[in-house]
Amino acid sequence: MHASTELISRYLSGDRSIGADTEWALEAHLESCPVCRARLAEATRSAPGVSALVDRGWRELAPVMAASRPASARRFRGTAWVTPAMVPWLCGAVFVTLLAVVFGSVTDAGSVLFLLAPVVPVLGVAAAWSRGLDPMYELTVATPRAGLALILRRTAAVVMAVLPLLAAGSIVVGVSPLVWLLPSLACTLTSLALGSVIGVERAALGVCVVWLLAFLVPVVARLEALPAHAPWSVPVWGGASFLAGVALVVRGRALTTLAPGFRGLGEQGGL
Amino acid sequence: MAARVVGAGETAPAKYAWEIQARGLRLRAGRRTAVRGVDLTLGRGVHGLLGPNGAGKTTLIRALATVLRPAAGELELFGERPRERAGLRGLRRRIGYLPQNFGFYRRFTVREFVEYMAWLKEMPKGEVPGAVQRAIDRVGLADRADEKLKALSGGMVRRAGIAQAIVNDPGILLLDEPTAGLDPAQRMRFRELLRELGSDTCVVVSTHLVEDVATACGAVVLIDEGRLAFQGSPADLAAAGTETDLGDSPSERGYSALLARHREAK
Repeated sequence: MHASTELISRYLSGDRSIGADTEWALEAHLESCPVCRARLAEATRSAPGVSALVDRGWRELAPVMAASRPASARRFRGTAWVTPAMVPWLCGAVFVTLLAVVFGSVTDAGSVLFLLAPVVPVLGVAAAWSRGLDPMYELTVATPRAGLALILRRTAAVVMAVLPLLAAGSIVVGVSPLVWLLPSLACTLTSLALGSVIGVERAALGVCVVWLLAFLVPVVARLEALPAHAPWSVPVWGGASFLAGVALVVRGRALTTLAPGFRGLGEQGGL
Repeated sequence: MAARVVGAGETAPAKYAWEIQARGLRLRAGRRTAVRGVDLTLGRGVHGLLGPNGAGKTTLIRALATVLRPAAGELELFGERPRERAGLRGLRRRIGYLPQNFGFYRRFTVREFVEYMAWLKEMPKGEVPGAVQRAIDRVGLADRADEKLKALSGGMVRRAGIAQAIVNDPGILLLDEPTAGLDPAQRMRFRELLRELGSDTCVVVSTHLVEDVATACGAVVLIDEGRLAFQGSPADLAAAGTETDLGDSPSERGYSALLARHREAK
């Protein structure tokens, strides 16, 4: 619905008889309706008194508007997926993966890749939600977007960057990607689920350390067959992933606040 | 100020008496209990949160920003209890928060920084450019909007921080030491902005500068060692002091008198 031309011209001429309520409604309508604004502008041209007033307004506004530059065209919003704080870490992860692939193909030790595969996305989780690495952490945690969805989005960005490399690498080395995919999933979900209790950064580091200790030591020391080749591996890793996933669904919202007693950046100065 | 369309949500009647209401609020910072049982009711207007360093101001503000979970007691924001189970999103969309030592990505321009925060605050896409421009105008950074943050002085960075806090037109605005690093002229402009914001927003400004409170705030909340020592008007604060108390102005004398009284009473 639009305002009538008659009402607009009466409004323009400052006709008091249209009543305060109608005037208010018309102004509210004009704010949201470009068609009626255009009609108003059209009518203004035939009212010299009003157009002089409008021109003067524009003249006075011109210097103010010149000082404030309007927004430029929208750029690609990469920060929705990867924060600048994550970029160095992401480059490092890609580099380490490449190194492992090269090392694996030279020495024929596919176990290196197997060991690394779960660690890389888990560290990605840590980089995605880190108080120490991300300077905007304190600002980010207070926003509505903070929480599981944002962490998953950032983690996904890391995984998407690293996964194809790891997959290509394991094909080069001659290990099926399926061998490490399930342990990777289990470790990533576990660190997120654990993160809802003790903080994502600590959880991710803890999971990495446990993983490396549990498998690096025996594998490197005795060069046994890879633990993932064992027949028990699929149900164990699958079960662990499932449990961690359930825990994450149940506890996921806890990631939006800090538990009482967690130290933040804020206390550095005052307390 | 630039005109904008008033949404239905803004004109809807409030279903709460106070923007912020706390009863027996206890908060922990690290292993330490920083706030030990505070009762507060704060409505619209500018509230100056005063107190010596270590009084628990930052911890209290972080809890009001729903970042820190209260260890005990009740907290209601806009008449709702912040509960993770129910989701904090709705509440957080209506809160603006400037942390004390806030970090930023140095390569971002002022506009990118405020835009990114607007995105994190889940503002509708169409509203973002206009809201960002308005926020930057309000803090007086319009002519520097496309400069990188690393090229700005400390005071300007702080103003960019204030811009991100007000970009979503919050109903509760929490500013932790916003005047640190501002020169006297900027400080005066900032106080003016505060008074303007206080007309329709519940603004909580923490500071250890008594003068900020005396000139820009409509109400004073004084906390010491995690407890509420005084709540009243700046005039009450000034009236509490006598010539014998420490300080260069009536408000400062009132501040030291109230602190001393509170410490004696314990």
